Amino acid sequence: MPDTPNNIDIDYVANLARLALTPEEKATFARQLGDVLAYIEKLKQADVTGVEPTAHAFDVHNVWAADVPQPGLSVEDALRNAPAQRDSMIVVPKVVE
Amino acid sequence: MSFALAFQTAAQLSDQLAARQVSAVELAQACLAQVRATDDRINAFLSFDEPDILAQARESDARRAAGQPRGPLDGVPVGMKDVIAVRNQPLTCGSRMLEKFVSPYDATATLGLKRAGAVLFGRLNMDEFAMGSSTENSAFKTTSNPWDTARIPGGSSGGSAAAVAAGQVPVSLGSDTGGSIRQPASLCGIVGLKPTYGLISRYGLAAYASSLDQIGPFGRTVEDVALVLQSIAGHDDKDSTSFRIEIPDYSAELKKRRGPWKLGVPKEYFGEGLAPEVRASVEQAIAWYRSQGCEIREVSLPHTEYAIAVYYIIATAEASSNLARYDGIRYTHRSPKATDAIDIYHHSRAEGFGPEVKRRIILGTYVLSSGYYDAYYGRAQKVRTLIRQDFLDAFREVDALLAPTSPTVAFKKGEKTANPLEMYLADIFTISLNLAGLPGVSVPCGFSPSGLPIGLQIVGQPFKEAELLSIAHAYEQAHDHHTKHPAL
Repeated sequence: MPDTPNNIDIDYVANLARLALTPEEKATFARQLGDVLAYIEKLKQADVTGVEPTAHAFDVHNVWAADVPQPGLSVEDALRNAPAQRDSMIVVPKVVE
Repeated sequence: MSFALAFQTAAQLSDQLAARQVSAVELAQACLAQVRATDDRINAFLSFDEPDILAQARESDARRAAGQPRGPLDGVPVGMKDVIAVRNQPLTCGSRMLEKFVSPYDATATLGLKRAGAVLFGRLNMDEFAMGSSTENSAFKTTSNPWDTARIPGGSSGGSAAAVAAGQVPVSLGSDTGGSIRQPASLCGIVGLKPTYGLISRYGLAAYASSLDQIGPFGRTVEDVALVLQSIAGHDDKDSTSFRIEIPDYSAELKKRRGPWKLGVPKEYFGEGLAPEVRASVEQAIAWYRSQGCEIREVSLPHTEYAIAVYYIIATAEASSNLARYDGIRYTHRSPKATDAIDIYHHSRAEGFGPEVKRRIILGTYVLSSGYYDAYYGRAQKVRTLIRQDFLDAFREVDALLAPTSPTVAFKKGEKTANPLEMYLADIFTISLNLAGLPGVSVPCGFSPSGLPIGLQIVGQPFKEAELLSIAHAYEQAHDHHTKHPAL
């Protein structure tokens, strides 16, 4: 485990998570999450030699859907919650300069 | 004409509907009246669509008049946690991010209830995106515990539990990722079941942690929970994590099986931190099973001490991924401050999410980030295997486990909000079942000296809900806790 678990680089992580935090939030979260990470340190004591990870409790593999087209949401349904729309498209800020 | 709803069970209401002693419309109106009379104090509901409720009830009555009722749930109102999709109804997930969202589709569980003829009744309050243990993280309102309105109902399915406890609806659906059905059931004095992971489709359940989430029923009795479970359990092509397994007739099995059973008591669940009145109540319940000829064995689940740490790595990691879809682009709150395509994410998410959700997204992003993945997430997944193996080892000796659901009775509003870690530690008895994928039910087993409900948790073997519910039903029917209700 990392040497300094109480030092989350909050700016870096918040940017990865696409979350704009206020300076107060950064300070509070860094402290609260520092406490949580200090608690999580106890996992170091578990002996995991030779133990396989569990991603899901019950092994279910290669569950494929039949390759058959099915109707999806109508355009109207798909757009009903769009913040802004025009001509059956969602309007967004410019992506490419 | 006003029908006396009087805290009746779904089974009792179902009988009366079948005998034409009450119509579905009268029943719906009685529930609406109870909501109007009590919800200013309880705040269980985020919204309810009265015309839609009455239309569903009329359709139920029409089916019955035509000699075509769909089954025992036809005409019975079922409250829905606002995290389960119902077409044309809100799906806020307790969040400003989805404050205006109207669902364009039905969850598979919703379709199960519709096929059974149930009357889908309102949208119930919850901790935002199912993250919390008190329903205090809802962006909209705080739900009160009907037994003491200065206290929380538990969470994250606090509204679903409070609505049943307050006699507003006979049954409801919630979701459980770390205890969010069982703990509120315990704190509100009702029955709540988290089924085996994969028993109920997660399609249409807004995802928090995909390897841990399950939908489950609340009811006043185990019989009611079995009734609702019947209509929503089963494999679903739209959920690739759902299991192909034959679904038994839970209600019939409940009445057939009498025990005695071999029951394990995990010693790690009876240490410090367990409130004396909870310990006393649960120990009395264990003694009752012993008096009925059940063999009671102490078992050990040695990796229990790691469960909370493992959960708060895995659940937050999965949540950071699942909540990335709430981006301000397609169907969520969009910030008016955004000026470019990256900004729009930052500001929309900052405005749309509450502090607990932000904390968990940050923690989850951190534990998955480059350089930390193996140390945190990778290690947690391995300890998860050890936790699961503890249970499977115990089940070689016993049929089920008996434990408390919550270390305490309902705490006061605001009591644990200052320290997130303290809130997390309250999940200690429920959390391991989600990690191990096991079914668990909380049944009322007594009251504290101040009259607050206490729950007994029974942990079952994978996909053996029929046995689990029978064990719970036997205890319930020999006691009268389920006949009590708060004075409102």
